Amino acid sequence: MRFWLNGKQTDVDGVAADITLLQHLRESRSSLGTKEGCASGDCGACTLLVSDDDGSYRSVNSCLMPLASVQGRQVLTVEGLAQAGELHPIQQAMIDTHASQCGFCTPGFAMSLAGANQHAVEGDGRAHILDAISGNLCRCTGYKPIVEAGLQVLPKPNPLPPAPACETRTAQPLPGYWQPTSETELRGLLEQYPDARLIAGGTDLMLEGTQQYRELRQLIDLSHIKSLTRIDSAGDTLCIGAAATYSAQEKALSALAPAYVSFLLRLGSRQIRNRGTLGGNICNASPIADTPPWLLVQEAELIIGKAGGGFRYERLEDFYVDYKKTTLAAGEYLADVRLSRARLKCPAKLYKVSKRFEDDISAVCGAFLINPNGQLRIAFGGMAAVPKRARATEAFINKQDWRNPEKWSAIIDQAAQYLAQDFTPMTDVRASSEYRAAMAHSLLRKACRALVVGDDVEVGIYA
Amino acid sequence: MRKLTDRKPTPPRPHTQAAQLGGSTPHESARLHVTGMAQYVDDTATPENLLYVATGQSIHAHAKVLAMDLSAVWASPGVVDVVVQADIPGKVDVAPVYSGDPLLAGDEVQYVGQPLFAVAATSMAAAQRAVKCAKVDYDVLPAVLEIEQALAQDSFVLPQHKLLMGDPDAAIDTAPHQISGEVYVRGQEHFYLEGQISQATPLEDGALHVLSSSQHPTEVQKLVAEVLDLPFHKVVAEVRRMGGGFGGKETQAAPLACLAALFAQRTGRPVRYRMPRHDDMVQTGKRHDFLNRYRVGFNDDGRLLGVDMTLAGKCGYSADLSDGIVDRAMFHADNAYYLNNASILGLRCKTHTVSNTAFRGFGGPKGVLAVECMMDDIARHLGKDPLDVRIENLYQPGRDETPYGQTIEQHQLPAIIEALEQSSNYRARRAEITAYNASHETTKRGLALTPVKFGISFTAKHLNQAGALLHLYTDGSMQISHGGTEMGQGLYSKIQTIVAHAFGQPLSQVAVVSTRTDKVPNTSPTAASSGTDLNGMAALNACEKIKADLRAFAVEHFQVAATEVQFLEGAVKLGAESMAFAEFIQLAYLNRVPLSATGFYRTPKINYDRASAKGRPFLYFANGAAVSEVIIDTETGEYRVTQVDVLHDVGSSLNPAIDIGQIEGGFVQGMGWLTSEELLWDDTGRVISNSPANYKIPTAHDVPVAFNVVLFDQANQEATVHRSKAVGEPPLMLAISVWAALRDACASVANYQISPRINAPATPEQVYWAVQQAKAFAAKGGAQ
Ligand SMILES: Cc1cc2nc3c(=O)[nH]c(=O)nc-3n(C[C@H](O)[C@H](O)[C@H](O)COP(=O)(O)OP(=O)(O)OC[C@H]3O[C@@H](n4cnc5c(N)ncnc54)[C@H](O)[C@@H]3O)c2cc1C
Ligand code: FES
Ligand code: FES
Repeated sequence: MRFWLNGKQTDVDGVAADITLLQHLRESRSSLGTKEGCASGDCGACTLLVSDDDGSYRSVNSCLMPLASVQGRQVLTVEGLAQAGELHPIQQAMIDTHASQCGFCTPGFAMSLAGANQHAVEGDGRAHILDAISGNLCRCTGYKPIVEAGLQVLPKPNPLPPAPACETRTAQPLPGYWQPTSETELRGLLEQYPDARLIAGGTDLMLEGTQQYRELRQLIDLSHIKSLTRIDSAGDTLCIGAAATYSAQEKALSALAPAYVSFLLRLGSRQIRNRGTLGGNICNASPIADTPPWLLVQEAELIIGKAGGGFRYERLEDFYVDYKKTTLAAGEYLADVRLSRARLKCPAKLYKVSKRFEDDISAVCGAFLINPNGQLRIAFGGMAAVPKRARATEAFINKQDWRNPEKWSAIIDQAAQYLAQDFTPMTDVRASSEYRAAMAHSLLRKACRALVVGDDVEVGIYA
Repeated sequence: MRKLTDRKPTPPRPHTQAAQLGGSTPHESARLHVTGMAQYVDDTATPENLLYVATGQSIHAHAKVLAMDLSAVWASPGVVDVVVQADIPGKVDVAPVYSGDPLLAGDEVQYVGQPLFAVAATSMAAAQRAVKCAKVDYDVLPAVLEIEQALAQDSFVLPQHKLLMGDPDAAIDTAPHQISGEVYVRGQEHFYLEGQISQATPLEDGALHVLSSSQHPTEVQKLVAEVLDLPFHKVVAEVRRMGGGFGGKETQAAPLACLAALFAQRTGRPVRYRMPRHDDMVQTGKRHDFLNRYRVGFNDDGRLLGVDMTLAGKCGYSADLSDGIVDRAMFHADNAYYLNNASILGLRCKTHTVSNTAFRGFGGPKGVLAVECMMDDIARHLGKDPLDVRIENLYQPGRDETPYGQTIEQHQLPAIIEALEQSSNYRARRAEITAYNASHETTKRGLALTPVKFGISFTAKHLNQAGALLHLYTDGSMQISHGGTEMGQGLYSKIQTIVAHAFGQPLSQVAVVSTRTDKVPNTSPTAASSGTDLNGMAALNACEKIKADLRAFAVEHFQVAATEVQFLEGAVKLGAESMAFAEFIQLAYLNRVPLSATGFYRTPKINYDRASAKGRPFLYFANGAAVSEVIIDTETGEYRVTQVDVLHDVGSSLNPAIDIGQIEGGFVQGMGWLTSEELLWDDTGRVISNSPANYKIPTAHDVPVAFNVVLFDQANQEATVHRSKAVGEPPLMLAISVWAALRDACASVANYQISPRINAPATPEQVYWAVQQAKAFAAKGGAQ
């Protein structure tokens, strides 16, 4: 395979399909400026920039990115930031603001901030900087000087070195790693390599390697299949391709689904959202995945492709069978997710409760929507073995005069017993079962208050 | 004659001018940090034949090991060597103070994750895969996992210790008001960004070079030598920098060095042992959990008459540094307050969990939190603003004796608190917040001002010494070595400033080189905030020695008075004349003046008599105070810190930028400890907060925009290095204001009539339950 490392063409062979970009840089390229702090996507010490189809750069966690996936891309590391001995302005700013103490997190922050500084920025500069470093942890500085450094450089964009031109992206891929460009090709590969694993962003899958030391010998990368990365809002249906990243969704959906887009800011970090996809979130089938509750109240439909050809449709609600189990059969893949545009316009609320505001996994995640028939739809993550609709609660509430500003509160009081029928949540490292149960009720109350009397409170974003 | 160099130092530019004390120069490695060129242990060149280590871990909290079958481990691809306890040629126990920390477990395991055997393999993944192949038979034994259980079963790693002043029982019993309380304070994972790591390289004749990410290279040297049964002179331990330490690399780094060295000795190959984050979070010690209980008697003004406190620390399975840690909790259970009559009992609980260890503050934060919790409880009981109760009880001249007999001599806190109260507009905000809370139900705001007074010196007296080694070369450049280690706190920068300033030279003339046991021997750990106090003085002492010889030479050679020889502004002033520094040094060299010296320092005045529990354990105290404001959501317990104002005393600052960095960083780390960082075990003794995916240190978003840190400008009255004060640990405790503000917000739900219990950390869940307590109280009509 071939990629460009800080402007230098770099050819690689004889490397396993699941070697991460970070491992490769540190172990085989003596490119040691990029650090490993966790190998699980949580700390950002391994952050670097990878060129995208549009020629700009995205920050990613190199610890979770297969080397093979940067075929034809330019990879910028901290060693490539300074040009001709001149520090990149963010590097100078970080020196000037005393933004490094032990220095171990510093290369990662420098890369996130250099990425945030490649284009002109409109709007709230501070929010832009915080978003850029949402996946970078620093244990020494308390962040203030790092944010200051980011703010110092922000007024003047500093373009990054140009990425290689498209036609140069030809080289033999690494054995065991396929990057099909069409669903036809994908189906062929699925037939030929029944044991291969599908990888979209790899932000869930790669943890099997970096945390459990399992080998992933055969990987089929979905990110180059246009029909899977596309977001299509023509017509009555919104189709989100399974391999569309969160960052792409944020861009495409800000007008169509503003509540969802602002909720996405609490899913992972900027680096995770640059790689993670909707299909990965759904197919990983975690009970605490953040998009399913919203998709459930939207009554989303899945289009599932098959190795042998053809598609099947399934309602998301029917897709989850049990803890980490779905109806997806061998040789099947999720192609896209369909939402009704009429329902997208319905009043809806989304909440996430976690110990930390940014880049944390939900203890409880709740989605609420008044559908076109005036019926309340409720779904929760973190409350059961799968993301689930609160059917009994919905049935109870929808029978009451719950949109009456005088009555809604008493109705919600009574709804607690129906929530208890719908869910028996568990205790784990993130929360106790009692707290989870209480949160389901609190979020329901919040949502109804917001939907009925328009009074909405979220302290997390209070600044 | 051999040629002397004609290399001229770069001509002074503004930033290469003679070093100034108190200048905010960047960290000496800042440029290396931002360019990715700063080297950490894992960045050293990787020789072809390098081996990687992993350990096989106990899956039980307490068990007899009946049999271990390692044949599949040996057969695993890439494995080169496997060791068990019996393969250790020298000492098995690597405990730092007492005993009981076997490098590899023998026939008994005492925590989940305890290393049973170790593997050296050709890659890290190969080593990690191999250790999972072992078959181990256990006989599971009952385990003690919680402090309460340890207390009930008298399970302790060390005997208790007690401080006593006056007659607390009588004072409490006769006081107009008595209350009692309890708070459980969870520990904290260090989460240094660079995980534990060490690399050992065999040298000739059985000697070894050990690169380590350690706060205590001398102990690494000692333990490696003991484990391998070598004289100490065969082992050199070296530390250039750590990617964070925070106490977590004071004792916890050594076992990695010992295992790497053991394999290096056995195989003759270089060996690296880097813990993946998961192993690090499971296998290395953390901040202690503490269960704190108090009983207090006070008068109508909230003035303390007598206090009885019990502080029980969860030490884990062995003593490690727990004696000193629980002692320091006890020494800080008064924080800033005159207790009048006091009994402070410190218990060292043994549990079958990883042995807890040093963490920024070293027990102190747990003592401070206990008394600050008590202050709030007293205030609510009397219906006063907690700030007034705090001010009422501050140490003052005449009310200045600590429970351990040391008299407080410097009284900065009344002035600090008064200034902060003004600058933060505390009173007006208090009124405004109270009004807000009265008219809002789903959100409440909280405010708190808490002080910190932190004792500076190691409580183990012999550790209060330091050495340095200074070389002056004939081009006028210098190398300074000292016993301290750089973990980001800016010690090297401060030493560089001290040495450059002593010779009137620019910083660029002084290289602070890596800390090595063959440069400066028998050093103390870089801990207890003492790095600059001790090593800065030792470095200054080395400078003074060389300067004395240079001055004597100049007096004779140039016939000037000693007072006329001055090292200033990059040159040497000789009466009316001036000479370039390098030229002068060359002249001194030709005249056979020694240009190298060792420096030494021992802290004066300190002593502590354990039998009577009285003495002066601290040379001085560092002080500060913080005001924090929060807003909470009463329906979910979620919250946000909205403003923080800090005024902190660092004496005469050697480098304000570095000191402010320590304060901001310490504050945020303390805030994490008390808010989002929840260290949890399951009921089999397994750490379940074992990854950054489920253990959440603060991110930039958690830091309020309004975060104002100001230095309290006053020279240390003690003769510390240039009258500065230690700054590493004390600011961590300023974050107790966040915890107290959260509690304040919860109390507002019951119109401040009760102090709902909130354990630490105050996660959203904890805050939610505290709000429920307050609601329940209010629902009962507020009657107690
Ligand atoms: C630091 C960190 C923070 C995170 N925070 C959050 C969070 O806040 N909320 C949250 O919900 N999640 C979070 N995640 C989890 C993860 O990022 C998301 O679930 C993400 O959407 C996964 O998408 P991916 O493309 O990276 O999936 P991948 O890792 O590529 O795939 C995940 C699984 O789905 C399968 N798969 C992927 N695409 C398809 C397809 N089209 N058809 C069939 N199977 C497919 C893969 O084979 C694999 O088994 C976090 C992860 C990390 C590392
Ligand atoms: S190493 Fe921590 S995010 Fe990659
Ligand atoms: S400077 Fe040490 S972790 Fe950021």
